[in-house]
Amino acid sequence: MAGRQHLPAVWSHMTPDLPATRIQHMEMRDIVKTFPGVRANDGVSIDVHSGEVHALLGENGAGKSTLMRQLYGMYQPDSGEIRINDEPVQFRRPLDAIRAGIGMIHQHFMLVPTMTVAENVALGQPSTRGLRLDLDVVSERIATLSEEYGLRVDPEAAIWQLSVGEQQRVEIIKALDLGASLIILDEPTAVLTPQEVDDLFVTLRRMVAEGHSLLFISHKLHEVLDVTDRVTVLRDGASVGSRATKETTRDELVQMMVGRELGDLEIREASTGEAAIEISGLRVLGDRGEEIVRGVDLTVHHGEILGIAGVSGNGQRELAEALSGVREATAGRVKIDGTEITSAPLNERVAAGLSFVPEERMRDGAIGEFTVQENVFLHDHDEPEFCRGIFLKFPQMAEHAESLVSQFAVKTPGLDTPLKNLSGGNIQKLILARELSREPRVLIASQPTRGVDIGASEYIHQVLLEQRDAGMAILLISEDLEEIQTLSDRIAVIYNGRIVGTVERSEADAQSIGVLMAGGSLQQAHQETAERD
Amino acid sequence: MSELLSANVLTGMLNTMLTLATPLLFAALGETFSQRSGVVNLGVDGIMLLSAFGAFYVVLTNGSLFLGLVVAMLIGIAMGAAMSFVSVTMKAEQGVSGIGLQMFGLGMSSLLFKVMVGTVKTVQGFPRVRIPLLAEIPFLGPILFNNNVLVYIAFALVPICWYVLERTTIGLAIKAVGQNPAAADSRGINVDLVRYGSVCFGAMLAGMAGAAISISTVNLFQDNLTAGQGFIAVALVYFGGWTPVGVMFGALLFSVANSLQLWLQVLGVNVPAGLANMLPYILTIVVLTISVSRGKAPAALNRPFLRGEN
Repeated sequence: MAGRQHLPAVWSHMTPDLPATRIQHMEMRDIVKTFPGVRANDGVSIDVHSGEVHALLGENGAGKSTLMRQLYGMYQPDSGEIRINDEPVQFRRPLDAIRAGIGMIHQHFMLVPTMTVAENVALGQPSTRGLRLDLDVVSERIATLSEEYGLRVDPEAAIWQLSVGEQQRVEIIKALDLGASLIILDEPTAVLTPQEVDDLFVTLRRMVAEGHSLLFISHKLHEVLDVTDRVTVLRDGASVGSRATKETTRDELVQMMVGRELGDLEIREASTGEAAIEISGLRVLGDRGEEIVRGVDLTVHHGEILGIAGVSGNGQRELAEALSGVREATAGRVKIDGTEITSAPLNERVAAGLSFVPEERMRDGAIGEFTVQENVFLHDHDEPEFCRGIFLKFPQMAEHAESLVSQFAVKTPGLDTPLKNLSGGNIQKLILARELSREPRVLIASQPTRGVDIGASEYIHQVLLEQRDAGMAILLISEDLEEIQTLSDRIAVIYNGRIVGTVERSEADAQSIGVLMAGGSLQQAHQETAERD
Repeated sequence: MSELLSANVLTGMLNTMLTLATPLLFAALGETFSQRSGVVNLGVDGIMLLSAFGAFYVVLTNGSLFLGLVVAMLIGIAMGAAMSFVSVTMKAEQGVSGIGLQMFGLGMSSLLFKVMVGTVKTVQGFPRVRIPLLAEIPFLGPILFNNNVLVYIAFALVPICWYVLERTTIGLAIKAVGQNPAAADSRGINVDLVRYGSVCFGAMLAGMAGAAISISTVNLFQDNLTAGQGFIAVALVYFGGWTPVGVMFGALLFSVANSLQLWLQVLGVNVPAGLANMLPYILTIVVLTISVSRGKAPAALNRPFLRGEN
């Protein structure tokens, strides 16, 4: 514990005191939690000892976060019991959990962006000076914790100025400063660069060495195999089983998560053709008026998948938006098969052979309240095939929607089901089906499998590869490095609005791409790889 | 026109400005707290009206001025609690519940006035208090140090409110709840309690704003006494960028225009009264249009908090 004594709590009913005892053993037994229409947790049990990392593995929607939110007092279980050091406890609100020594690093950080690091750490805690803030004292505590656990961060910096990795360190400091001895990490690596992930794991190992217990939520198998001692797998709200990490394999875990074995993706040799989309000197402004895409040159050929790797916020979203015409390009040119479309309206882009799978599928790709069929026709309702004048031809529309749904194996109760009732994977399959049904020559796919379950991801990957083999040019933008590496024939890394390096599939390894993603040069990347070998 | 420039008139005009700024300052400081915690209370004007009547009635029926002020504050707190219940506990749309509160205050104060008083009567309001020595300072003394006690309190509240927001744990909690209630909640802060507290404190100040009109400025009550000043106060919060000092400058700017038009009428300058009356309001709209301060708004403004929903 970093130099912090018990403080006189001024509003003790509201602010947390330091937990009296360390958590040696925490156990959740037979937890059941239902939300209207969903059984989110169906009799799940999990336990963790001091000095242990226990992974909670499962697909999106398997009930991992719900389970952990009950441990943190955000929800109350319908039935089941939580025991700490063999005493039953009840957490009615996060404060109760904090007092018991539980900390949680949420997937979406719980930070106030306008405030400084010190203010965020001070938040909700009693001050040594009564009602007066004691930010200098808090800053000293932060410095001590930084030292002890390798969490470099400037207490005076405002949160919005920090990188995502730094923000996560603030979250960990917050939990440690409250005296948490059991820390829940909800998908902690989802937003980090490979290097930041390494740093995080160093910190986690130090915490474990100090006797902390860690609950690590993830759906990334290699991480789970890397850093954890035990794994519990959840599927559809129920616990599938627990394993000691040493005694399990990747394949066994996948099977537990998905409920079946996955096939291997068959990747044929690419037969690259002519340039399909040529981007030269493209510049785009971001939301705050700053230049965020600063001169991008890229060419994707027919029959090729070009992957764009990068930490989010380096211009990839704006690049995709500029290509789809949602955002204006301030300079540069974009050509599809020789036709200039830099500032063309959407219809002309589509006519030139461009299709899009947008990053925010529920915001830019579909309308949740509309039915499955209506979503299929968001754009193509004015094709002569589907309308006469202003009147829609419903039988033809239904037929087309039906054929897409069955062809792409979209699981839906019917064509008139509101889209929002479908799972993320099925929504994405429908969007992909719609975009491909126009038989585009170029596809811009942004985060095509984000928030999509493993089964559907596998299917989407297969479809993308098939389209590539059929001659389509695909620009794949993804923050999932594994996905980029699996699918791309070439990988371009974007950093700070520029393409800092392009590597062929054969020479792409996570380490050198990671160096580029963090702003390093190709040379550096090669050097680091060489040192490692 | 030359009279307008004489030292006496200027002194009088600036002194009037402070008096006119006082109710706006109370109300806008209160609204600042409310909005910093994430609640837009559009009912300020209604709170001011009912409190103004309450204070007036207490004084009219031979209660002390002090008691009148306390009653105004209590009415404010009660109406703030109602606003909080609807918008914080029941998570209703804040704009709608605020307008409801405003209509209630407007109607209720008129009704009570008709039933309990009937005709326009005046009361003896807070007297001017000359602060010895300071009031002797040439020019500034008579402007700044010859006012009634509510004027002094309102301006003293500016640094106090700043200190509370920027230098105390309470202020930190309020700002956090207004920026990211989920973050505050995860630190064990009771989001709803902080919002209740902020809204009720703000409404209490709105109550004092009402008293600052009915028992310290015009010293009477009539239908719609505030003439929309509560809404001006809400606008001033945006103008002032959600800071006490900014809000104070806004209140002064509005009042200098108001004071100018009053003195123009007093001096018999030939300007149509309706046009003169409009001047401060037009100024408010113009200034609001120019000063784009949206970016400084608390991020969770107008958004009810429900745990686990993000």
